[in-house]
Parts: sequence; C-alpha cells; structure tokens
Amino acid sequence: MRLSYPSNIKIIRVPCTGKVDILHVLRAFEKGADGVYAVGCLEGDCHYNSGNFRARKRIEQAQKLLDTIGIGGERAQMFNLASSEGPLFAEIARDMVAKIRELGPNPIKTARKQAA
Amino acid sequence: MIVADKKPIEEIIEEVKTFSNILVLGCNECVTVCEAGGKKEVGILASALRMYFLNHGHEVKIDEKTLERQCDHEYLEEIRDIVDQYEAIISIACGVGVQFTAEKYHSTPVLPGVNTSFMGATEERGLWTERCQGCGTCVLARTGGICPVSRCAKRIFNGPCGGSAKGKCEINKEIDCAWQLIIDRLKALDRLEEYETLFPIKDWSTDRAGGPRKVVREDVQI
Repeated sequence: MRLSYPSNIKIIRVPCTGKVDILHVLRAFEKGADGVYAVGCLEGDCHYNSGNFRARKRIEQAQKLLDTIGIGGERAQMFNLASSEGPLFAEIARDMVAKIRELGPNPIKTARKQAA
Repeated sequence: MIVADKKPIEEIIEEVKTFSNILVLGCNECVTVCEAGGKKEVGILASALRMYFLNHGHEVKIDEKTLERQCDHEYLEEIRDIVDQYEAIISIACGVGVQFTAEKYHSTPVLPGVNTSFMGATEERGLWTERCQGCGTCVLARTGGICPVSRCAKRIFNGPCGGSAKGKCEINKEIDCAWQLIIDRLKALDRLEEYETLFPIKDWSTDRAGGPRKVVREDVQI
C-alpha cells in the first residue's frame, strides 16, 4: 500500500496488547515520550480473548494517574483496529501526532531541561 | 493473606512533599498478591512520584526496592546499608511491615503507601473478601468452616438474627448472612444436629478486647 505515517513514532512490538502494562506507559513518559498509544486488535477479536480489554483498562488507569501528576491523561490513548486496516493505522498515527502537537511537549522533558 | 488497598497518590504526595530523597519499599508477600504493594506497584508509584515532583519544579531522588517480607528481621536487614541515604521511606507493605520497618530504622520516617484492610481471600482477580479477624479462638470446626466472627456483621454465635432475609444480611443486600451459610453448609455435611448445640459465651480476651496480643512459642524459640 506504500502508506506513509509520521516518522516520529517509535513502534514497540508486543505479542498482544495484554502485555502492555501501566508501568511501561509511565516509564515511556518518564523517559520523555510526548504521547503513548496502544494499538490492539478489534474488541472481540483478541487471539488471547481479553488482551485488548486488559490493555484498555491499563491505559485508562495510566490516564488517571497522568492527570493526577499533571502530565495530562489524554497523552495516553488506546485504539483498536484489524491487522488488515493499514490505512486506518496510518490515519490513527497522524491523528495522534496532531493531537500531541496540540498538547505540546511532555512537561517532564521541559522540567528536566530547566533543572539541568 | 493480608489484603491492602492503594492509597490515593495525592495523599502520598502530601506526606512526602518535604523530602528530597525517598525510598519506595515494597513487599513480596500478601500485598504483591493483592496487587497493592509488590515490585510492580513500587515501580508505578516511584515513577509517578518522580514525574510529579519534576513537573512541580524539584527533582526528588526516588529509589525502588522490594523485600521478600517486611515483617521479618532478616529481610529488613537487607536495607541496613542503604537506609541512611534516604530522608524517608514509603512502605507499601501492610501495616505490620510499615511498623516493623519503622521500629528497626527509627531515625528514618516510614510512611504508609497503602491502606491495610483485612485478612481475606482472592475470590477472583480484583475482588478480595474478608475471611478472618484473628479472634484467637477459632470456632470453624463447629460452624461448617464458615466464620461467624468475620462474616456476620454482629459477630453472633447463635444465629441467624432477625435481620437475615432470603439468605442476605440486613446491613447490605449483597452480603450473605453468615448464619444462613453455616446452616446450609451443616445441612450439606449432614451435621445439622450440631447447630442445635448452643455456643457458650465466647472469651473475647483473645480478641482485641484483651489489648495488643502476642504468641509465645517456647518450643520453637532458640
């Protein structure tokens, strides 16, 4: 399909989004990521039955925590799509990058620079 | 096991905001199983606190450590060499762990990071329910293995009371009447005649009524 999507996204492959933990999301922000999103299979289509539901819950927990500590919960998102939906994957990537650009850089990154 | 629940992070932040060097100390036992104070929760809390303080203008050094247990001298000794590096410890073990850590290292403030709730069982993932209140004189042999102390709101020994309706307790329609459970279980065991035997007045001095308790076992003492 030769689709293009923003190059500032680092893809981390996991066997299933059920592997994604709140800790992984927090560590990503602590290391300076401006946004984190998990892309799982369509709901009801998980090969491990409930991995994508678990991921969604964990992303929601991360959002709450990020809101509490002032990073902004909307920087973490969860999306569901089928492996055949390449164009949608590219669209989600573009939308997510646009949303994060609107929110600005991760405040941790700015704070760390100021502290240095 | 001892069941604990996470404290709101705002409360923890409020307790530690004056410190600049903190150790988050987890426990590998009960609180790991109830997902409130194990190694993973240590990582989450430490990461969230580091980001919070950095975001609010001061970089706080927050380290992570999880001990096998915090209620045993030998495991608590593992932090003896490093404890002086920290201005405070947030212990996310149960109340026993928090206190034992504080007793052992009394020049360092030890703050609780969880609310210790009860002794209970994991009914399903994310659902823990109370099963024992440590009353000191177990009567489970007489009650079909169902505890009237921890599971009856009134802790009565010759129940059910008048508040039992359709197998549920009057204080909450979601709570099973312990005495209904006891009767059903005795019936299933074909031991319903035991229900006819009255319980004598319980000696509550082995419960909290007798003040802080201890178990002394000379046979295992060295």
